[in-house]
Amino acid sequence: MDISWFVVLSAFIFCIGAAGVLTRRSPLVILLCIELMLNAGNLALIAFSRMAGNGEGQIFALIVMVVAACEVVIGLGIIVAMYRRRLPIDVDSMSELRG
Amino acid sequence: MLFEQLLFFVAGLGAIAGAVGVVTLRNPFFSVLALVAHLISLSVLFLLLTAAFLAAAQVVVYAGAVMVLYVFVVAYVGGSDEEMRHESTGWLGILGPLFALLLLIELTIAVVGSGLSVLDTRGADVGAAFGAPGQIGELLLTKFLLPFEIASFLLLVAAVGAVMLARKRRGLEEPADTISVADLVRSDAGTQKEAVRG
Amino acid sequence: MSVAAWGWLVLLLPLAGTLAIALGYRFLPGRTAGAVGCAAIGLSFVSALGMLTALLDKPEESRTVVDSAYTYASTGGFSVDMAILVDPLSTLMCLVVSGVSFLIHIYSYAYMDGDRGFRRFFAYLNFFVFSMLLLVLASNFVLLIVGWAFVGAASYLLISFWYRRETATAAGIKAFVINVIGDVGLVIGAFLLFDGTGALDYATLFERSHEVFATNDAQLVAACLLLLVGAFAKSAQLPLHTWLPDAMEGPTPVSALIHAATMVTAGVYLIARMHPLFEQAPAAADVGAILGTATLFVAATIALVVTDLKRVIAYSTMSQIGYMILGVSAFAYSAGMFHLMTHAFFKALLFMGAGSVISAMSSEQSLDRMGGFRKAMPFTYVMFTIGALALAAFPLTSGFFSKDEILAYTLNRGGGYVILAIVGYVAALLTAFYAFRMVFRVFHGEPCHEARELASGHQVHGDPVNPATGEPEDTEVGFPGPEHHVAEQSQAMQIAMVPLAILALVAGVLQIPGVTDAVETFLEPTFADSQFAHTHPSDSSEYLGLLLGGAISLAGIGAAAFLYLRRPGMTKWMSERYSGVHDFLANRWYFDELFALTIVRPFAAAGRFGRTVIESAFIQGVLVDGTVGVVRAGSSFARGIQTGELRAYAGLLLAGVTALLLYFLIAAS
Repeated sequence: MDISWFVVLSAFIFCIGAAGVLTRRSPLVILLCIELMLNAGNLALIAFSRMAGNGEGQIFALIVMVVAACEVVIGLGIIVAMYRRRLPIDVDSMSELRG
Repeated sequence: MLFEQLLFFVAGLGAIAGAVGVVTLRNPFFSVLALVAHLISLSVLFLLLTAAFLAAAQVVVYAGAVMVLYVFVVAYVGGSDEEMRHESTGWLGILGPLFALLLLIELTIAVVGSGLSVLDTRGADVGAAFGAPGQIGELLLTKFLLPFEIASFLLLVAAVGAVMLARKRRGLEEPADTISVADLVRSDAGTQKEAVRG
Repeated sequence: MSVAAWGWLVLLLPLAGTLAIALGYRFLPGRTAGAVGCAAIGLSFVSALGMLTALLDKPEESRTVVDSAYTYASTGGFSVDMAILVDPLSTLMCLVVSGVSFLIHIYSYAYMDGDRGFRRFFAYLNFFVFSMLLLVLASNFVLLIVGWAFVGAASYLLISFWYRRETATAAGIKAFVINVIGDVGLVIGAFLLFDGTGALDYATLFERSHEVFATNDAQLVAACLLLLVGAFAKSAQLPLHTWLPDAMEGPTPVSALIHAATMVTAGVYLIARMHPLFEQAPAAADVGAILGTATLFVAATIALVVTDLKRVIAYSTMSQIGYMILGVSAFAYSAGMFHLMTHAFFKALLFMGAGSVISAMSSEQSLDRMGGFRKAMPFTYVMFTIGALALAAFPLTSGFFSKDEILAYTLNRGGGYVILAIVGYVAALLTAFYAFRMVFRVFHGEPCHEARELASGHQVHGDPVNPATGEPEDTEVGFPGPEHHVAEQSQAMQIAMVPLAILALVAGVLQIPGVTDAVETFLEPTFADSQFAHTHPSDSSEYLGLLLGGAISLAGIGAAAFLYLRRPGMTKWMSERYSGVHDFLANRWYFDELFALTIVRPFAAAGRFGRTVIESAFIQGVLVDGTVGVVRAGSSFARGIQTGELRAYAGLLLAGVTALLLYFLIAAS
């Protein structure tokens, strides 16, 4: 039950989330994977907070949750707008930034 | 002790299973459900780390509100199964997991290696009030007042943005093959005829 | 006033003239610019006279005055001043330059009237006089080189004066290029001298050269040879002489001033001024003497056959300067300078007369078309003949005394110089011959059409054409003006020519062997440090020389009279019979062709090679285009990363994070 176990677990989840971002094509699922990564970060933060013995890490994790919520809201709004415009819900077809 | 360790393993497994489920399940709806499971497991882990308030916040805010939002959107957009096998994902299908694996190895080395020996502890001794809402509240209102205020401001901005993005337009939207911000923020004053013409 | 003050006046008045005309030409109506120019040089001449009297007031030992205006540069151990050197040699040169220039300015006032570039002409002419005086009055190599370069520039500007004529601009370029070769020689020679002695001003240089260099020291000889290169380019001696005949494209006053009296004598002045160095490096002086003699012979032979009037006079200039170079290289300084002075008089006179004749022929310059101007242009006839007599060294003219003095001194040197002297005497015969060839062909014989018209009071004005190629021209700016001024009708031209004629006849009186030696005494302070200062030929050998010279001159004149007056067709017969020799001479000993073959063509080929291979292929192709190609390839590679795909970008992000983490891991362990 060392703190390091929690941190390793959080790394694990982070990498799973990263792999998911790279492999999935639906923006919905990519957002989900980003949530995964954020949560992994939260876990690590709280583990460190426990290790250090002060609550700062937890506050940080709380703010991260707030930010994640905002980001999800906007991301889903975009997806809804895309759906309304009859655009394909597919990341690969949105390549306007092509140089 | 043993109970804690057992709980840790169970919650950890749940978290990993949920994560893997998010990444691999075809149907986005099932991915959302997997994420919910993952979040619940995570909150158990938070409890193990004596972060009681955070665990509750995780369940109420994250699993409760954000995931519900997700479910609504998935229902609206329609979570059709992705045809993963048919289109080639190119190199990224292989490189992606590879990079992630590399990252995992590195992080593990970092954590487990000799440089972070301080982590081989159980952590500092903390009182019973650690992680309780009282402590969190006190910190939020004294030391972290500014981030607290900014976070609330951020929430406001996000709310306004979401309303603007997802606003219903009058008339029929034509399929456009490019997406632009102008499209999204076009004012909906004007006649139906204008909206149709674009 | 002090000598130095006069000296600065002499130098700066022509500069003031130039600036006044160049900056204020809009405000100078009509021919006022000409008057300003003449006045500037006239005042400069007066100042030169003042300088002379002030100098003569001083005792002989202190007749060398160096006055510095300010110090231009002063670094460890040596300094360069803007200083003038007034001593007998430079005073003589100033007098000759300013005096003859003054007369030529007056001549130009009439001659160039009607030309659209009248004011530009006088600005350039004043600038030239300023540069020449700067060259002569310089007290160190820096100012000398500045004056040298300015003189070359002025010569270019004046040769190409009628700049819309292609032949004129080509001639200007040719003159300038050859002059630059001389400049390079002069500058490198100065470098070598500076390297050896560490000084640039004459006084210190001459002092130290005795300590630093042994006799015929390799570096000193090299430096003197390079100075000779400079002198020969400026004075049109072999092998850098090809520019002078072509320089006759300039207006006749320009030919009179620059290419007869002043600029071409700069080389002679240089050798005379650097005499301590040349005496220490007699090898270089010998080279100078040999080339001077070669020039005087070659030029005399060419002058026998060319048909353009001005070019005959140009070759005669080349020849006479060869005499002067021979004189100063044989260390007969006063003889050389004396001949410089008399030559300035009679050569300027000859050119002025030629200008008058050419005007009468409405710019036609070929001897073949001229004839019988004796009755139509009596004044010009007399003036021209006086000049020709002096050139031919007719007994008792100034040229007689000066040329024979040089030859007597040369004979006196002994050794190889005897051969040079003999060549000099042979060339004197040729000189007398071609001088009167000109006189007889232009003024005697059947009057040509223009002569007949002029005799009956009406001057012929032909259509304006380029005299060399026959191309038609107009008379706007950049081409000669529509008017042609003949001396008989122009008072200014007569006023200019008469003093020269008088001087050409009587100036010999200054240095009659055994009787007077004004020039030699005057120049003695400058050449006092010469080892050869007191090696005169004996009076008797000088009288013998005079006798020989007089006999040769009369023989030459008589031969010319015989061929041209008694048997007019004979020269044509001779040129056909000996066509090989004639062609060789008429093509100027094929020097131009030689240079074209050995220098111009290889350089042009090198230039072409440079352009096609080095420039186009290598620099443009490999370096520039290569760099562009490399940059393009790199940037297209970088562009390839911008696929626009979100996941690719995310992948790159992750890869970057991984790499960074790896770095930190390695750094921490």
